Amino acid sequence: MRSLETPYAFAKPRTEGGSEKVSAAVSRVLNYHNQTREVKKDPAPSRNQYRLTRLWLTPSVRVFVKKILPLFVVTGVVALWFANADNRQMVVDAAYNMKRDIQTRPEFMVNLMAVDGASGELAEDIREIAFLDFPLSSFDINLPELQQTFAKLDAVEKVSVHVRTGGILQVDVTERLPSIVLRSELGVELLDDEGRRVGAIDRRQQRNDLPLIAGRGAEHHVVEALHIYKMASPFIERVRGLVRVGERRWDIVLDRDQIIQLPEVGGEAVLEEFVGLVSAQDILNRDFEVIDLRNPQRVTIKLSKNEIQRRTGSDVLSAGVFQND
Amino acid sequence: MTDLYVAQRAMRQMRKAALQRGLIAILDVGTSKVSCLVLRFDADGFEGKEGVGALAGQSLFRVIGAATTRSRGVSFGEIESMGEAERAIRTAVQAAQKMAQTRVDHVIACFSGGSVRSYGVAGETTVMDGIVSEQDIARVLASSDVPDFGPHREVLHAQPVNFALDHRSGLSDPRGQNGHSLMCDLHMLTADSASIQNLIYCIKRCDLELAGIVSGAYASGVSALVEDEQELGAACVDIGGGSSDVSIFMKKHMIYAESLKMGGEHITSDISMGLQVPFAVAERLKTYYGGVVATGMDDREMIEIGGDSGDWEKDRRMITRTELIGIIRPRVEEILEGIRDCLDAASFEHLPSQQIVLTGGSSQIPGLDSLAPQILGQQVRIGRPLRVRGLPQAATGAAFSASVGLALFSAHPKDEWWDFEVPHENYSVRSFRRAVRWVKNNW
Repeated sequence: MRSLETPYAFAKPRTEGGSEKVSAAVSRVLNYHNQTREVKKDPAPSRNQYRLTRLWLTPSVRVFVKKILPLFVVTGVVALWFANADNRQMVVDAAYNMKRDIQTRPEFMVNLMAVDGASGELAEDIREIAFLDFPLSSFDINLPELQQTFAKLDAVEKVSVHVRTGGILQVDVTERLPSIVLRSELGVELLDDEGRRVGAIDRRQQRNDLPLIAGRGAEHHVVEALHIYKMASPFIERVRGLVRVGERRWDIVLDRDQIIQLPEVGGEAVLEEFVGLVSAQDILNRDFEVIDLRNPQRVTIKLSKNEIQRRTGSDVLSAGVFQND
Repeated sequence: MTDLYVAQRAMRQMRKAALQRGLIAILDVGTSKVSCLVLRFDADGFEGKEGVGALAGQSLFRVIGAATTRSRGVSFGEIESMGEAERAIRTAVQAAQKMAQTRVDHVIACFSGGSVRSYGVAGETTVMDGIVSEQDIARVLASSDVPDFGPHREVLHAQPVNFALDHRSGLSDPRGQNGHSLMCDLHMLTADSASIQNLIYCIKRCDLELAGIVSGAYASGVSALVEDEQELGAACVDIGGGSSDVSIFMKKHMIYAESLKMGGEHITSDISMGLQVPFAVAERLKTYYGGVVATGMDDREMIEIGGDSGDWEKDRRMITRTELIGIIRPRVEEILEGIRDCLDAASFEHLPSQQIVLTGGSSQIPGLDSLAPQILGQQVRIGRPLRVRGLPQAATGAAFSASVGLALFSAHPKDEWWDFEVPHENYSVRSFRRAVRWVKNNW
């Protein structure tokens, strides 16, 4: 800043051996004039700053910037962030994980299934079709669906499913009881007294305690069959089973290959009459092949060949006829 | 003349709009400071009740922003450097807006330059229907013979101060009265049009709408004179930085205004020259140690006036306070004598009341209240502006008389010539209205 115009510029700087005071004064003068001596302008806002301040003080602008704009910005940023599929997935995953964390807490876990009221086989079936992989969260078990699945089992009459305290899935089953054995081309099956299927067995001998029915359509007339069995109780030890013939009537098959043919309608009444006959005349001990009760007015007995020969001594195919009068 | 009429009416409209919005700014562009007040007009202002007047509207508003900045680019009350003055206005307005926490768009400005000249104008007309109507007043105002105030000057104020009906004078509102000939006295204040235009331009450059221009002398009188002084007659002298404004009030009307181009800055420059100190130091000496009456004590009070030269002798100068007073006093006397001349020119001595109120920044010189009576007469007091709601303590001093007066003026504006109806004769364009009136009168 030193310029030759200022008179002080000619003053010599501090010299060797000079007076201390003079040198100090001279340097002070020089320093003084070397300082920038611009008069500081009064502070004033620039035109732009002034306008911006006024804009900022405008109420509508203030409301826009402080309320509406942040709303737009936040909404925009969130929308942009969610526009990315990965981010969306991340949020969904996080929510799912949080939900899982709560659901898999030990308080909600089911560790075992208790089946009450079912026999061993049925219980095994139930466990099999439940298809549950314990331990399992109780939120993952659909109880109504499970209950319906169990109810679909043939051997199940009633079932209730609930989660017990202690993490146990309790299944209470009322089992259907088999009352008859049906032999069909599909195999040997067990039916209950209403004709509903209870289960299958391999051989009829497994359930010798139950009566046997066979023939097409037999399973629809279980009630009738049971009734016939009940009526046939005087000679029940001789009955091998009932056969439904032509989907319309029953044959009672006895041992020694003897058959009692019952009519289509009123079979029970005819049989009742016949039972009285049986006890009175001991018919069943006779050697016959077929007792035909199809026409109650005219009961026909077809004797075996041996009996015919024994009675007639000839090989005549004839049969005695009881007149039902 | 018509231009001004339109411009003044536009400003009046602007002021009404601003009052409707409830926000208006007051801008006092002085030689030493620029101050800005932001007023809020409340609906719940005190409107006056039984026994108490409406306080001339001063309770209607509240000052919510006030700012003062050092003036630049203004000398003798007139804008000298547009850019600098604009910067100063900007600074003041921005600071006031910041304090008010709102923006203001309308501004009423006052300035004391422009070598104001005041004229008494009289008009006379006959009353048309025997009863004075609005139209009669319009015609009597229009009949006033406007003096030739020369080119490049504009009318700043034109206030009807008196109406006379036949032999009765001193009527403030002759409407509805019976009479034959109506006379009116109009006080007209003209100012240099260039200085007005400069101010308008500066304000426009600050994105502000001008809602009125008021003479500084008038604004000071409104706030510094108390009500009975205005009524009985008094002179208000606003001794500012670059000029001293004299205004004479009578019956609550300003009847004379004059501006003297001498003020506090002359005192400062005297000190600066007399003591060989920078202007800023001189200003500081004046405000800290200034006075006009020297006492024995002042001989012993040494003031270090300093210096920035680096020269020990010069930088350690000391003066007594008496010396300082010796510099200040002649200039103050000169100012007061100038004021005396102004008042004499206005035949102030013929007024019933000789009250003189000194206000403005330079009226705060200690001892002025004992010096002024020697020159101006016995009834002199130092006046401070009226107290208005919300005005910061820093802005209640005598220097703010004009600002506060302007605030009062904006709340309670005086009817000016252009606020009255236009006489029908002057409606050359609106002949349709005349036709309607003719039909009305003749059918």
